[in-house]
Amino acid sequence: MSVDPAALKLPGVEHHPTKIVPRRMTIAERIYLPLLSGLMVTIRHMFLNLLRIRKRVTIEYPEERREYSPRYRGHHILTTRPDGSVRCVACFLCATACPAECIHIEAAEHPDVNIEKYPVVYEIDMLRCVFCGYCVDACPEEAIIMSNNYDMAFYNRAQSIVGKSDLMKPFTVDESRLGYRPASLEEDGRRASMRLQAFDLVAAAKQGAGAATGANRPAAH
Amino acid sequence: MAESHTWQQVIPYTDRLNYCSSFINNVGYCKTVEKLLGIEAPPRAVWARTILSEFSRIMDHCVCNGSTLVDLGALTNFWYFFQPREEIYGLLESVCGSRLTVSANRIGGLLAELPSTFEAHCRRLLEFIPPLIDDVETLVAKNRIFMDRSVGIAAMSGENAVNWGWTGPCLRASGVAYDVRRAHPYDLYDTLDWEVPVLQGGDIYDRFRIRMLEIRQSLSMIRQLLDRGMPEGKCIVDDPHIALPTKDACYNQMESMIYHFKLIMDGIQVPPGERYGMVEGANGELGFYCISDGSGKPYRIKVRPPCFPIFSSFSTLMMGHTISDVIATLGGLNVIAGELDR
Repeated sequence: MSVDPAALKLPGVEHHPTKIVPRRMTIAERIYLPLLSGLMVTIRHMFLNLLRIRKRVTIEYPEERREYSPRYRGHHILTTRPDGSVRCVACFLCATACPAECIHIEAAEHPDVNIEKYPVVYEIDMLRCVFCGYCVDACPEEAIIMSNNYDMAFYNRAQSIVGKSDLMKPFTVDESRLGYRPASLEEDGRRASMRLQAFDLVAAAKQGAGAATGANRPAAH
Repeated sequence: MAESHTWQQVIPYTDRLNYCSSFINNVGYCKTVEKLLGIEAPPRAVWARTILSEFSRIMDHCVCNGSTLVDLGALTNFWYFFQPREEIYGLLESVCGSRLTVSANRIGGLLAELPSTFEAHCRRLLEFIPPLIDDVETLVAKNRIFMDRSVGIAAMSGENAVNWGWTGPCLRASGVAYDVRRAHPYDLYDTLDWEVPVLQGGDIYDRFRIRMLEIRQSLSMIRQLLDRGMPEGKCIVDDPHIALPTKDACYNQMESMIYHFKLIMDGIQVPPGERYGMVEGANGELGFYCISDGSGKPYRIKVRPPCFPIFSSFSTLMMGHTISDVIATLGGLNVIAGELDR
């Protein structure tokens, strides 16, 4: 079978050279002369780094940290209602949207008929999670968002499966440590107030655990 | 793997192909699915995709050249090259919230609006990157120690490279001016003023130099795009069958809520058909061949990675060279394991 040689050509390319033309060294290159200008570069960098030691590129990691944007996709947070209970209604959208299949939910009836369901078990396997943020995009309740917390080291695999109580831990509710959450640019005031309500743990502490049904439910729903 | 997930869920997998420039992989996949759907991303998304693809290319070339040099014992260049990379990661992170595996594209656009600091951040990077590239060029481009290790080593002629299926910088270093951005223009590349650098050596030295030249071309492309200004409009198509509704609409409107649930549960309904789409990845032509049977999931996706054909010629390339040349060649070819796995 014969093949038309023109068909083997790449589109837009007329010439496929068969010869290799390696670069020839100049006389200056032969006697290692350009190394001097290279040396100047390293010396310049050394002195500039010494002079501007505060502006140096490296950071001393655990003490010093890089600033990340408010979109950073880090450790997940399950947001809470004002009474401190979990906002999630166990609709399984996040578990469906997850490409890594790392979210495990077990749902149960909620005593309040207006809420209907809540998760008894809500686990994220942090070793499986790829931090794509699809769960945040999928959530119709603003129940799962992300923090900018990126150090998650574990001693064993069992620790990597993070349960409901850890995902609701108060350390994550610091507003400055929040990460990726749906469309943070164009959020309106109502959603911001929803979130404030969701994070108002001080109010939750004042109200106590029992007094939460009915009147204290977030107004936005 | 893709066959058991929806079209949208495949995007994080594409991040892992060439993880040094995962943004370009996202673009390639999303463009192919957009072709199948018969839609186009809005101008602002296309503009941002072009800029961020070029930044990813710079980053990938920096990593490749830096690690080639570090394999040859020139550690300093590695530090200089990793500064641009670090800062470009910062830009990507401000856009999409992740540094390495960005998943920044969605079918029909980007995952979110661009941050307000985007243009200023890009301009700052354009100031920051060129001096470091110049420094490395001064250090090694005319350095005889490097040239002795690289000139004429693992050389491949243009004809053989085409026969092996090479694409990208390695092919252009062998004298064949094939670039997907020029041969099959996509996004905004046909509107930009740039040239395809070509060298004739085909060896490690010219692969290094071609990447340096491409970094400069990419910088000039980004500069042109920024001078044009950010186009008006949204970053994702306005079609509830493809793009998720805004959270506000989802929480407050019945229709949006239903669209939201349908999109998550069933996925995007891509009409039956098959398409091949390609972009110029940092290593060459990155193609996606997608077949849809009309369900919410891909029937089959085949990835044509640039590294695989390049690496398959490795044994031929190494014929008659020494063991120490193997290290240098591997670095110069920019072999990324994520693309070889199949």
